[in-house]
Amino acid sequence: MEIILSAAIGILSASGIWLVLRPRSFQVVIGLCLLSYAVNLFIFSMGRLTPGAPPIMPKGGFIDPTLYADPLPQALVLTAIVISFATTALFLVVMIVSRGLTGTDHVDGKERSQ
Amino acid sequence: MAEHNLFLLLACLPFATSLILLTLPQGARGASSWLSALSMAGGLAVLFAFLPEIQAGNVLRARLEWVPSLGMNMALRMDGFAWLFATLVLSIGLLVVIYARYYMGRNDSLPRFYALLLAFTGAMQGILISGNVLVMVVFWELTSFMSFLLIGFWHQGAAARDGARTALIITALGGLCLLVAMLMLGHAAGSYDLGMILRAGEKIRAHSLYGPMLALFLMGAFTKSAQFPFHFWLPGAMAAPTPVSAFLHSATMVKAGVFLLVRFAPVLGGTEAWFFAVTGAGCVTLVLGAVVALYRHDLKGLLAYSTISHLGLITALAGIGGRVALLAAIFHICNHAVFKASLFMAAGIIDHETGTRDMRRLSGLFRPMPYTATLAIVAAAAMAGVPLLNGFLSKEMFFAEAVDWHNGTWLDDALPYFAIVGSSLSVAYSLRFIATVFFGPQATDLPKPPHEPPAWMRRPVELLVLICLLVGIFPALTLGPIINTAARSVAGADMPYYKIAVWHGVNAPLMMSLAALGVGTLIYALSAKSISDGPEGPFLLHRIRGQRVYDWLLFRLTWRLPRLALRWLSTEALQPQLRLLVLTAIAVACGALWGALSFASDLRLHAPNPGFGLLWLVGAACAIGAAWQAKYHRFAALVLLGGAGVVTCLTFAWFSSPDLALTQLLVEVATTVLLLLGLRWLPKRRSEIAEDKLLPAKVRRARDLVIAVIGGLGIASIAFAMMTRPLISNLGDWFLGNAYYEGGGTNVVNVILVDFRAFDTFGEIAVLAIVGLTVYALLRRFRPAPESVEAPDQQTLADSPSLDDYLYVPSVVMVWMFPVLIMVAGYFFFRGHDLPGGGFAAGVTLAIAFLVQYIGTNVRWVESRITVLPIRWMGIGLLVSVATGMGAWLFGYPFLTAHARYVHIPLVGEVPAATALLFDIGVFATVVGAVVLMLVAIAHQSLRASRRREMDEAAAARKEVA
Repeated sequence: MEIILSAAIGILSASGIWLVLRPRSFQVVIGLCLLSYAVNLFIFSMGRLTPGAPPIMPKGGFIDPTLYADPLPQALVLTAIVISFATTALFLVVMIVSRGLTGTDHVDGKERSQ
Repeated sequence: MAEHNLFLLLACLPFATSLILLTLPQGARGASSWLSALSMAGGLAVLFAFLPEIQAGNVLRARLEWVPSLGMNMALRMDGFAWLFATLVLSIGLLVVIYARYYMGRNDSLPRFYALLLAFTGAMQGILISGNVLVMVVFWELTSFMSFLLIGFWHQGAAARDGARTALIITALGGLCLLVAMLMLGHAAGSYDLGMILRAGEKIRAHSLYGPMLALFLMGAFTKSAQFPFHFWLPGAMAAPTPVSAFLHSATMVKAGVFLLVRFAPVLGGTEAWFFAVTGAGCVTLVLGAVVALYRHDLKGLLAYSTISHLGLITALAGIGGRVALLAAIFHICNHAVFKASLFMAAGIIDHETGTRDMRRLSGLFRPMPYTATLAIVAAAAMAGVPLLNGFLSKEMFFAEAVDWHNGTWLDDALPYFAIVGSSLSVAYSLRFIATVFFGPQATDLPKPPHEPPAWMRRPVELLVLICLLVGIFPALTLGPIINTAARSVAGADMPYYKIAVWHGVNAPLMMSLAALGVGTLIYALSAKSISDGPEGPFLLHRIRGQRVYDWLLFRLTWRLPRLALRWLSTEALQPQLRLLVLTAIAVACGALWGALSFASDLRLHAPNPGFGLLWLVGAACAIGAAWQAKYHRFAALVLLGGAGVVTCLTFAWFSSPDLALTQLLVEVATTVLLLLGLRWLPKRRSEIAEDKLLPAKVRRARDLVIAVIGGLGIASIAFAMMTRPLISNLGDWFLGNAYYEGGGTNVVNVILVDFRAFDTFGEIAVLAIVGLTVYALLRRFRPAPESVEAPDQQTLADSPSLDDYLYVPSVVMVWMFPVLIMVAGYFFFRGHDLPGGGFAAGVTLAIAFLVQYIGTNVRWVESRITVLPIRWMGIGLLVSVATGMGAWLFGYPFLTAHARYVHIPLVGEVPAATALLFDIGVFATVVGAVVLMLVAIAHQSLRASRRREMDEAAAARKEVA
C-alpha cells in the first residue's frame, strides 16, 4: 500500500510541477490543483496509513491512541482542502480577467517574444 | 518630583505644540505664531527654573520605561552643557519664531511651518537632554527627518527638493553610522546610559572595537556638522526659507554634530587617532569653507560656507580635547550661534526688502536701510573676530590653544598656521559682505525698492547684536559663569574656573588676531575686483564640487545600479521564477536530506490491495492525462482532474479519514463547477500554436519534464521513507486522549478544528472571506475576451433543440433536491462534533444546494425566488465566530476558549451543545457565503453579457431605423 501511495504522490506532484512550469494560464491552474492533491496526500501520509480506524472516540473511558489514525494531519489537510479551493477560484478569476484584458492566455500577459 | 515632571514637560512641550499647530487652519497666522512663541518661552522658563540646580553642578534626571528588554529607557539627563545648549536652542528658536511671522509670505501656511519648526526643536532638544545614547540616536534621526521637511518647505521649487533630499541622505546616513557606533559604545561600556558611558572612557578607549567605533561615530558627527568632505549638503540646504537657515545653521542642526564631538571628547578623545581625524578634518574644513565663502556671490551661500568654516574651527578645538579647548569650543558654539543667526536674519531682511541675494547686484544699501545695515555690520564684524565683539574672544582662545597646546605631531605644529589662514579669510569674506552690500554706489536695478523692514522683523536681530556686544565687552559678567559650568560638566568637576577676559596683555594670540585682520583686509583689497567678476570659487577649485560627485554617485547607486541588477538578476516572466522556485525547493530538500534520507531497517508495510492499486492506476492515468491535455483540450483536462480528485477522496476514505473524504468530495464538486463556469470565458484555442513544434519549445518541455520527474521522485521517496517508519508518540495522541474530556466531542478532527486550534480555523475562514471578496471585486469590472462575448453555439445555432426544454427532467429533480440538500447540510453540521461532518462540510453542501438551483434552471428564475446575500452570510459568519471567541473573555478565559456540554432535546436526543458549535456556525456561514459569492459572481457574467448583447442589438436596431 505504501509503495502505491508514494508512487501516486510522486506522479501527482510530477504532473503538477510540469504543468506549473507551462506557459498557458489554464495549465498552471490545473497544475496547482494537482499539486494540492499531492501535497494534501503527502501531509496526510505523514500520520502513517491506518485503514479502518477513524479518529472517532468513545464517550469517556480510557483511550489508547495507537488504535486510531493520527488526527493531526487530517485536521491540517481539512483546512488545506478548503483553502486550495479558494486559491483555485482566485487564480481562475485572475486567469479569465487577464485573458479579457490582454487578449492572450500566456501567464505573462503577452506571448513570448522571439 | 515637581522637578521630574517639569523636566518631562520640557521634553514634550515642543512636540505637543507641534501637534496642536497642525490642527489650526491654514490662515491662523497670529494664533500659530503666538502659540509657538509661548511654547518656546515656556521651555525657556522651565530651563531658568533649573538654573540654580545646574549652577550648583548637579545633574537632573528623569526616566520613563520604554523598551526595557533592549536597555532602551526614555531617560532624560541634563547637566550644565546640555542646559546651556538647550537654552541657546530655545532662545534662538523664540527669535526665529518672531522673525518668521514677518518673513513668511501670505501664501505660506504658517501653522504648518511652525509645526515643523517646533517638532524640529523638540527633536534637537531631545538630542541634548536624552540620557540614553540609543534614544539620542532616535532624536538625532528625527532632526534629520524634520530638517528634510523644513528645508523642503517650499517644495514647489526643484532646488528646495534637491537640497532637502541631499541633506536627508547625508545626515540620515551619518545617523545610521552613529547608531552602530552607539551600539558598540554601549557594548564596550556595558550600558547605554549616557552617564555610565561618560564615566567609562578608559574602558572604551582600550576596547578592541575602538577603531571602527571611532570611525562610525565621526561619520555621524561630521555629516551632521558639515565637515569636509560631507560639507556640500549645507549650501544646498540654503534653498530653505531664511528663518529655517537661521535656526538650523546657527544653533541647531549643524551644532548637533559639534555637540556630540564635545560631549564625547572626554570619552573617545585623547588618542592620536582622535586628534588627527577630528582636528585634521576641522582644520581642512576651516580653511576650505573660508576660501569658498570668499568667492560666493549669493549672500546666503557666503554665510553657509562661513558656517562650515566656523564649524571646522569648533571641530578642531574638540579634536584638541583639552579642558580649555573644550571650554573654548563651547564658547564659540554660543558666539557663532548668536552672530550667525543675526546675519542670516539680516540676509533674509535684505532678500525680503530688495528681492535679491546676489552680491553682484546689491550695493549701497546703507542709505536706504541704515538700521539693518548697522546691525549686519556689527554682526559681520563679530564673525570676522573684531575686538570687543564676542567672536573675537572665542577666536582668540582658539589661537591661544593652537599656540600653547602641544602633543608633538606635525599637525600640532601646523595648527597656528591653519588658524591664521582661516581667520584671515574670515576677515576677508566678512569685509566683502559689508563692503559690497552696504557701501558703494546705490543699486538702481533691484527687483524691489529697498527700505527698512517692519520693526518686529528687526527686533530679533537687534537683540542678537546686543548680545554680541555685551558678551564681547563684559564676557566675565555675562556668559562666563555658565560657560564654566558647562565646560566643567563635560571635562570634569575638578576643572578650575577659567576667567574669560577681553585683555590678556600683548601676547601671541593678540598678535595673531591683528595679523589676521591685516592680512584679511589685504586679501579683500587685492582680490575684490576679480572675485565679483569671476566664477563662484577660487582658481580651478570651483570645478571640483562635492555636490557633483554626490550626484554622480547617487545616480549610479540609486538609478543605474538597481536597474542593472534588476536586468541581470530578475525577470518579470512567471515561468523562470517558478522554475527557480521549484529548483530551489529541490536543492534545499537535497541539501537537507543528502546522506540523511534512509529507509527504516524494518519497513512498516501493509500488504498491497489490488483494488487500491487499480484505483491509483486510474488516478495516475488521470493526472498524467490532465497534464497532457491541459493546453489544447481544457475540458478533457478538467474531467481528468476531477478523476484524480475522486481517487484522492477515496484514498482519504480508505485510510480512516471520513472527514477529509467528505470535504474533498464536496469541494471537488464546487471546484469542477467553478472551473466549468470559468471555461465559458476562456476562448477556445482554435488552432495549434505554431511555435510549439519548434526545437526551443521542445527543449523547454524536455527540461521541465526532467525537473518534474526529479521533483516527483524526490517527494515519492520522502513520502515512502516516512510512511514505512514506525509511528512515534506525538501531539496527535494528546488530541485523541483529550478530545472528549476537554473538547466535548468524539470526532477528534472536528474538535481540533473548532476547539483546540480554533484560532487557526478562524484565520482560515478569514482568508476564505477575503478571497471571496477579491473574486467578487475582480469580476465587477470584468471585460471578457472579445471572442467569448457572443452567445455560445448551442444558443445560436438555428437547428439546435429549443432551449425551453433543455435539461427539463434533471432540472425538476434538482429543484426537488433543494430541501433535501438543506437537510443534509443540517445533518452534517449537527453531527460534526461527534461524527464526520462539521461546519466546513455543511457549508459547502449548502452552497452546492444553491448552486444546483442555478445549474438546473437559470439565474433569473432562481433569483426571482430566493435571495441569497452571500456577503452578509460571510460577514455574519465572521462576526459570530469572533463573538464566540470573545465570549470567553466574559468568563475570564483567553480568546476562543470553548465550553462543552450535552443537552437533551426531545425527539432528537442528546445533542452536543458546546460553544464550539457556535463557532462552527460562524465557520459554516462564512463558507456558505464565500463559496456562493464566488460561484454566483462568475455565473452572473453570463447575465451581464446577454444584457450587453441585448443593448447592442437594440442600439443597432435604432441605427437602422434612423
